[in-house]
Amino acid sequence: MLHTLAVLVENHPGVLMRVVGLFARRAYNIDSLSVCQTENPGISRMTIVVSGDDQIIEQVSKQLYKLVVVHKVTDLTNETIVDRELALVRVKVNAETRMEVLQTVNVFRGRVVDMGRSNVTVEITGDGEKIDAFVRSMRPYGLLELVRTGTIAILRSDN
Amino acid sequence: MNGAEILLEALEQEEVEDIFGYPGAVLLALLDALLRSKIRHILVRHEQGAIHAADGYARVSSKTGVCLATSGPGATNLVTGIANAYMDSIPVVILTGQVSTDLLGTDSFQEADITGITIPITKHSYIVKDARELPRIVKEAFFIARTGRPGPVLIDLPKDILNQIVTKAASSKMTLKSYKVFGKGNIGQIEEFAKSIAKSTRPVIYAGGGIVTAGATKPLRALVEKCNIPVVTTLMGLGCIPSDHPNFLGMAGMHGTVSANYALDDCDLLIALGVRFDDRVTSGLGHKFATKAKIVHIDIDPAEIGKVVRANIPIVGDVHMVLEELVSRLTLPKVSEWWEQIHAWQRDFPLRYEQDGRLSPQIILGCIAEIARDDAIIVTDVGQHQMWVAQCYPITYPRQLVTSGGLGTMGFGLPAAVGAQIAKPGKNVVLITGDGSIQMTIQELATIAQHRLPVKIVLMNNGVLGLVRQWQKMFYEERFSEIQLHANPDFVKVAEAYGIKGMRVTTAQEVKPCLTEAMNHPGPVLIDFVISPDEVVLPMVVPGNAITDMLGR
Ligand SMILES: Cc1ncc(C[n+]2csc(CCOP(=O)(O)OP(=O)(O)O)c2C)c(N)n1
Repeated sequence: MLHTLAVLVENHPGVLMRVVGLFARRAYNIDSLSVCQTENPGISRMTIVVSGDDQIIEQVSKQLYKLVVVHKVTDLTNETIVDRELALVRVKVNAETRMEVLQTVNVFRGRVVDMGRSNVTVEITGDGEKIDAFVRSMRPYGLLELVRTGTIAILRSDN
Repeated sequence: MNGAEILLEALEQEEVEDIFGYPGAVLLALLDALLRSKIRHILVRHEQGAIHAADGYARVSSKTGVCLATSGPGATNLVTGIANAYMDSIPVVILTGQVSTDLLGTDSFQEADITGITIPITKHSYIVKDARELPRIVKEAFFIARTGRPGPVLIDLPKDILNQIVTKAASSKMTLKSYKVFGKGNIGQIEEFAKSIAKSTRPVIYAGGGIVTAGATKPLRALVEKCNIPVVTTLMGLGCIPSDHPNFLGMAGMHGTVSANYALDDCDLLIALGVRFDDRVTSGLGHKFATKAKIVHIDIDPAEIGKVVRANIPIVGDVHMVLEELVSRLTLPKVSEWWEQIHAWQRDFPLRYEQDGRLSPQIILGCIAEIARDDAIIVTDVGQHQMWVAQCYPITYPRQLVTSGGLGTMGFGLPAAVGAQIAKPGKNVVLITGDGSIQMTIQELATIAQHRLPVKIVLMNNGVLGLVRQWQKMFYEERFSEIQLHANPDFVKVAEAYGIKGMRVTTAQEVKPCLTEAMNHPGPVLIDFVISPDEVVLPMVVPGNAITDMLGR
C-alpha cells in the first residue's frame, strides 16, 4: 500500500542522507520524494511517498523520529489531504497533431510553457492520477521528456 | 585559544578524565594541547582498540567513553567498534580528525567521509565548521550519547578548526529542538500492567540491557520478590539480578537454560523490560514467541515496541521510573503452581557438564569464580568461551559482565578489558578470551604493558574457531572447513615478549595453583589454558527452530 509521509527536518547538509538511509536499509523503494524549506527557513519539509505494509511504515516512522534532525513525522495516508504534483512534459508535435495536443492540454487544464518547431512543453498540476492520465494521453504523439516533482501534500483545514 | 584547546575545555566541562586514542597529522594541534590538559590520553595500538576501550570503560563505569582517531584510515579503523557500541546502546563520544574544511570532498590525503560512513551506526554526528561551535557541539554530543537510549555520537574535527584562533568566548547552550527523551511511562498503561500481573498465574520477566542502563535493579528486585515472579535475562541483562537468586532461571535463547526457554514459551504474562526480542532469543520467530502470553513491553525507545512482537501493553519510558510507579500498585499473583512446574523443569533439565577430570572450560570458570574477588569484572570475547561464561559464571551485579552482545565482535575483549581496568583501577579485571578472538586485537597487550594494567587474561586455547567448528560439527556432518588455527603462536612467549607474565595450564590439577599465583601477581598475566577443540556449548536451540527445541537438554 502507498503511504504518504510528511517529515519536518532540520534544514542542514547531510539530513537527506540520514532520512533516505533508513528506507534503503529495509529495501523500501521511495516512490517519490520532494523537499524544500518551509515557512520557517530553519526547517524543511519532505513529502515521501513509499509503499509498504502499515506495520513496517510505522516502524520506519518511529526510526525516523529517532533521528536528531527530524522534528515531526506525519503519516498522511488516512487523512483528508490536498496533494499535488507538478509535471513538465515535452511532446512531439507536427502540423497535423498540434491542435489535437493543445486541445488535450486544455482538457487537463495544462499550460503550454514553451513551444519549439516540432514540440511543445506543457506544465500540468494535479494529483498523481491526473498526471498519469495526461502522460498516457500524450504518449501516442511521442513523449520526448518528462519531469515530475513528486507529490507534495497538506492536511485539509478542519473548517 | 585555538579550537583544540576549546575542545579540551569543553571535554573537561563534561568531566572527561580519560581518552583512548591514536595520533595522526591532522590532530597535531590537539596532541599539543593535550600536553597542557588534565585529561589523560591512553595510547592504544590500533584505533579499534581505542573505541572498544572507550566502550568497555563506559560499560563498567556508566560514564560516557571517549576515543580519538586521526582522519582517513584512523577513522575507518573505528567503524567496527562504533557498530559494536551502537548495537549494545553504549554511550561513547568519538572524536575524529578530518582534513581541512577547504579540502573536504576533494579526495585529499587521508580523507574519508566518516560521518557519511557511520550514519547507520551512530546515534548522531557532527562535522565542526567553526571552532566557536565546539562548546555547544560537545555538550550536545555528550547529552545525546548518554540520554534516552544511549549510543555513539561522532564529532568530526577538521584540521583548520583545531587550529582556528578564537578570541570571543563561545556559548555552550544546546540548540536541540526536536530531540526527545522519554521518562515516566503512561500511568494508565502502568495500571493496566499492574492489573495484568494480578490476573496472571504464569508470569515471567524477560529482562535485558535496558535494566542495566537505567540502573533499575532495585525496583526490578522489588517486583520480583514481592510477586515472586521468575526472571530470565538476555546476555546483556546478566547481572541485573544475581545469578544465585532463587527467582533467576538463567539466560534465555540460543544457549540459554531449558527452564528459561520453557518459561518464556509457556507463560501467560511476558514482562519484557529493556529488551529488543533479538533473534538470538526468539530464534528469529517473533510470531511464534510466547504465544500464550499477554505481552507487556517497556522500553525507552519507541521504535523497539512492536518491532518484533506485538505488545498488548506497550509502555514507552525509562524502565526505572516505570517500575517504581508499578511497585506501589502491585497485587500479588498466584504463582505456586507455576513454580512447581518451573522447579520440575529445573530438576529435569539442569545445565550439565561431563566431569571426567579433564581440563574443561567449566572447571576453569568455576575456579576463577572461587579465586577472583566476588566483584571481579568479567570481560569476554566472542565464541564458545563467551557462552560458557554467560551460562555458568556467577554474575552478581549489573555492569560486572562486559561482553559484545548485539554485534558479537571478536577482538572486543582485550581492548574492552583495557577500558574496564582504566575505569576501575581498584577492581580485579579478568578477560576470558579465545585463541581466535585475542589475535584480532592482540596488539593491545602493549597498551596493557605500557600502562601496567593488572588485567588477568584467561585464554581458552582450543586451537580452533570453536563456535564455528561446533556448528560444522552439529549441522554440517563434521565437515570442518577453515576453522583450524594451525599456525597459532606460543601465547606464553607472546605475552613474555610484551613483558607480561605468561603461564600455561594443560591439566585440571594445575588450574587452581596457577590461577592463585596469577591473581596474586601485581601485574598483568596471560594464562594459556589448553583445552580440547571438541568441547561444545549446550544446550542449544537449533537455529530457525522454536526456542523449546533444544539440543543437549
Ligand atoms: C570479527 C568477527 N569475525 C568473525 C566472527 C564469527 N565467529 C563467531 S565465533 C567465532 C570463533 C571464535 O573463536 P575463538 O575466539 O577462538 O573462541 P572459541 O569459540 O574457540 O571459544 C567466529 C569466527 C565474529 N563473531 N566476529
